[in-house]
Amino acid sequence: MSARNRPVVARLHIDWTRCDARESCIELLDGRLRADDWGYPIAPGVPAAEQSDVPLRADELDAGRDAVALCPRLALTLRGPA
Amino acid sequence: MSEVLWAIGRMSGIVSLILFTLSTVLGILTHRGRPLPGLPRFGVVIVHRNVSLLASVFLVLHVATLLGDSYAKLNLVDVVVPFLGSFQPFWQGLGTVAFDLVLAVIITSLLRHRIGDRAFRFVHWFVYAMWPIAVLHSIGNGTDGTSGWFVLILAACLIAVGSAVIWRLSTRSRSPRVMTPVAPGSGRSIR
Repeated sequence: MSARNRPVVARLHIDWTRCDARESCIELLDGRLRADDWGYPIAPGVPAAEQSDVPLRADELDAGRDAVALCPRLALTLRGPA
Repeated sequence: MSEVLWAIGRMSGIVSLILFTLSTVLGILTHRGRPLPGLPRFGVVIVHRNVSLLASVFLVLHVATLLGDSYAKLNLVDVVVPFLGSFQPFWQGLGTVAFDLVLAVIITSLLRHRIGDRAFRFVHWFVYAMWPIAVLHSIGNGTDGTSGWFVLILAACLIAVGSAVIWRLSTRSRSPRVMTPVAPGSGRSIR
């Protein structure tokens, strides 16, 4: 099973009204998130409709939790996989 | 025994001040939102948090050991209510004020995800009052407050926090990224 097809265990919700492009989450979720030209996180390969609820695989969950805890603007929350 | 407590009380106070200085500087650097050499952005935040907690541990040691000191005659009320102490109540009271401010900052930091970012930030600003108050307390109340070696430490601390504050006031929290031109010639003025 390729990495891309592994099941989604959680979604990283990004509150865009709070996000200030500090890029901590991009450092922690390297590979899942990358910075756009202004430093805001985008998830490559994820449909536009899911850019605010980025799917995370099991191996990305710990980094996701760190990103939530360390976001300087409290812009991130973890949600269920649905 | 009292001599030992007094010695630990003095040294832990000094160590705490140095660590709070480092933590304040790291906190100001955190605001920059850029990585330090060898440290990613989240690393600066983690080091800031851990140095702050270590400083708090030494602060607790400082207060706890002086509770048993026959000279300071500190009691549990003096730990939280300022300016009631029996030995140099004003200078000791400054220490109590700083201690209370540290408590407020720790509690709001631990509850950051519940109370929200604005309340957390508001209380975190107290540090800019706490740090100079703690410095004054160390000079006025400290046994070594005016000794040469301690004045040197204080000068280093002042320079560290002072230059961080000046840097913070003189730069934006984030410098804008260099953008590539949209199209060749699009920025040309019309004459």
